[in-house]
Order: sequence, then structure tokens, then C-alpha cells
Amino acid sequence: MMKKFLIIIFTTLALTLNVNAGSDGDLILKKNEPTEVKDCFEKINRVTFAFNQTLDGAIFKPVASLYRKLPSPAKTGVSNSLENISHLLTIPNNVLQGDFKQAGINTGRFIINTTLGILGIFDVAQYLGLTNYEKEDYGQSLAKAGVGPGCYIVLPVLGPSTLRDTVASTLNFLGGDPWYNVTVGKDTQYFENSDYYFSKGTSGVDFRAKNYDSIENLEKNSLDFYASVKSLYLQDRQQKILNSRKIINTQDDSDWEEISQ
Amino acid sequence: MKIRKIILIIFFYFSTFGNSFSIEADIFVQSTVNRASKILSENLSKKEKINKLKLIAEETVDINGIGFYTLGSIRKSLDDNQKKKYSKLFREYFLKSFSSRLSEYTNPEIDVLSKEVLSENYTIVNSLLKGTSDRPEVKIDWRVYTKNPENPLIRDLIIEGLSLARTQKEEFASILNSNDNDINALFNTLKEFSKN
Repeated sequence: MMKKFLIIIFTTLALTLNVNAGSDGDLILKKNEPTEVKDCFEKINRVTFAFNQTLDGAIFKPVASLYRKLPSPAKTGVSNSLENISHLLTIPNNVLQGDFKQAGINTGRFIINTTLGILGIFDVAQYLGLTNYEKEDYGQSLAKAGVGPGCYIVLPVLGPSTLRDTVASTLNFLGGDPWYNVTVGKDTQYFENSDYYFSKGTSGVDFRAKNYDSIENLEKNSLDFYASVKSLYLQDRQQKILNSRKIINTQDDSDWEEISQ
Repeated sequence: MKIRKIILIIFFYFSTFGNSFSIEADIFVQSTVNRASKILSENLSKKEKINKLKLIAEETVDINGIGFYTLGSIRKSLDDNQKKKYSKLFREYFLKSFSSRLSEYTNPEIDVLSKEVLSENYTIVNSLLKGTSDRPEVKIDWRVYTKNPENPLIRDLIIEGLSLARTQKEEFASILNSNDNDINALFNTLKEFSKN
């Protein structure tokens, strides 16, 4: 049953990829424009957002605060290993997006950092010229294939997302994420289920710690914190999908132009 | 012949004069950043720092322009009195929010790396806020309004690709949307923020 479901999803994905192979950057940019993404479930989203804020205050913020006290090399080591694991999801998505060169570079990075870098603790690959790592996921691959984001949604615990990205992330649990496969998906003698959940939890704490002051600052100075987070998330997503700084060049200047001094 | 000479001298004088007063966007940003860093590293109370940062912001940021950009298309339907009221409230809100955000940093080190001229009116200046043990390095791009080259003004900060002006614009739009586009609701929210 699961296999059938997987085949259907991958076939749909492959078909969409073919149909939209001609989609250019400008169209993708427009489709993922934050102002174009509708907040269809705003009331529920705001409730979930408030729940997540409470959860953050009770768990993530205090843990992140302690994590920040760790010595810098320890924090860098944790960040590096988490990033190294994320290559496992990035590489298949590089391939799906037709970026074979980057898939090769990232495979090289993963092999070097897992071995010479001692399970990814040290980013040895960057010293060998394999730099500029950008995470990729199935949501970004769908977007590149021309699938629009759909409505904006806030997921409990996981935070902001879009319908497209939420649907795409289910692929991680259906065989699309090798890290999930070797920890939770299949019984291997090397990993436990808890390894997967621990890595995800640590990723959350690492992100929260890195952005600790920015989040505090934003919350303190926002007139509508929910709207600010939504805008920042969608802008960030748009940029990640394009893998470029094009957003700055193509940002609609018409509003600015009308305003004279 | 004499007249031609005079015209040439006048032309030369004015062209040199004009050039000598235009300020390059990247130099303008670096000097603004240096001024702010100096204040933040000084042994001053938080209140004193905030007051000094406000003065820099008033000189170097196009607060009025950002305010009207942030308001979005609704600005076209405001009458002159409402525009005046909005400008005043936005200025108070902006200065409070801006200085409060900046005053949290102690001795930030920002290096201007490059610039990209987008048009006659806009230049993007790329810079890097150096990382510390608490936070990674941060890329900051500055959208500088260069219509008047003698007095460039900052119109937006783009932090790691995320535009602050755009975020603020969407925040204001959300407030207006949830209040049937009633500008008075936004006025009250801005007033409330500046009061606290």
C-alpha cells in the first residue's frame, strides 16, 4: 500500500517536472512572492502560532539559552554535524532540480566530512574548496518544477509552512529522506529511532540559539509578531527556492519610485 | 573668445563643485555604520545611546519615504491631514523601534564589501556583520536612495536576503486588513507602541 502511494507521488512529481520544465525564474519568483501567498486559515494559524510561542517559551527558549553557553567549538561541531546529515536530503533534491553539478559537490562534501571530518563535526570539505552549501528539500524541488505554494499554514511545533511544503515534507517519511530511512524507517543495527528525533530536536534548538537575539528583538519591536514571522518566512522561502539574490534585483520598486522626498 | 573662456571656466567650476559634494553610497554606509558603532561601544547609559542613535537615524534614513512605502497602496486614499498625522506617528514609531533594536548590540563590527548600482535612484551596498560567540556572521545589504547624490539616504536593510521594509509593510497590511482598512486602527497601534 505504502509502495503504491510512493509510486503515485513520485509519478506525479515526475510529470509535474516535465510539464513545467520551461518555467523560468521570473515565474517561480512571482508564484512564490510573499504577498501572493494567501493566509486562508489565518484564524487557526494565529491560534497555532500562539501555541508554538508558549511551547517556545517553555522548552526551546530555555534550552537554547543554555545551549548558547556552550563553548564556541562545541556549538560549531553540533551545527556542522547537523548540516552534514542534511546533505542526505539535499543531494536527491539537487538531482530532482537537475543540478547535477551541485549534487556531485554535495556528495563530495558529505563523504569528506563524514570520514575526515569525523561524522561531520569538522567541515573539512570547505578547506578543500567545496564551499557554498545550500540546503534543499522536496518543497523547493516542487517549487522549482513550477508548483505554487498554496496557502500559508502554521504547523504545531514545526512552525510556518505552506501547503506545498507540508505535502512535500511527507515524502521524507515515505522513503525520501535517507536519514529517516536508516533511523526510523528500517531496523538497522547502527541507529535507533531516537537518533532521528534527537537530531531534529537539536536542529530546532541550534536554530533558536543562532537567532536568539534576533527573535527576541523582533518580538519586542513588532506591531504584529505573527505577520512579521509570516513575511520573513515567505521571503526566506522565496530566496531559498531561487538559490539566488535575485530577489533584491527584482523586488518591485514601483512603490518606492512613487515616493519622492 | 573671452566669453567662451569664461563659460568654460564656469562650466568647469560647477562640474568640479558638483562632483566634490556627491557621496558614494558605500562610503556613506561605512561612515554611518562607524558612527553608530562608536556610540554603541562608548560607556554611555542605554538612554543616552538611544538618543544619539536617533539623531543618526534622522540624518541618514529616509524615514518619511519608508513610512509611505510601508503603508502600501492605502496611502493614495489618505487626505493631507491623515498623511501628516501618519508621518508624525510613523517617525516616532520608527525611531523608537530602530534605536531599541540597535542599542542591544555592543560594538558591532560591520565591513562594507561591495556595491551594486541598481538605477540612478538606488544602490545596494553589501556588508557583513562579523560573527561573535553568540551569533553567526550576518550579511546586511543596504538599499540606498541616491536621487540626490549629495544627500544619500537609507531606505531599507536587507538582512540575509530579508527586507525589513517589506516585512514592516506586510505587518502594517495585516493590521489594516484585520480592521477593515481603517487607518485609525493603525494610528492607534502606532501610538500605543510609542507610548510603551
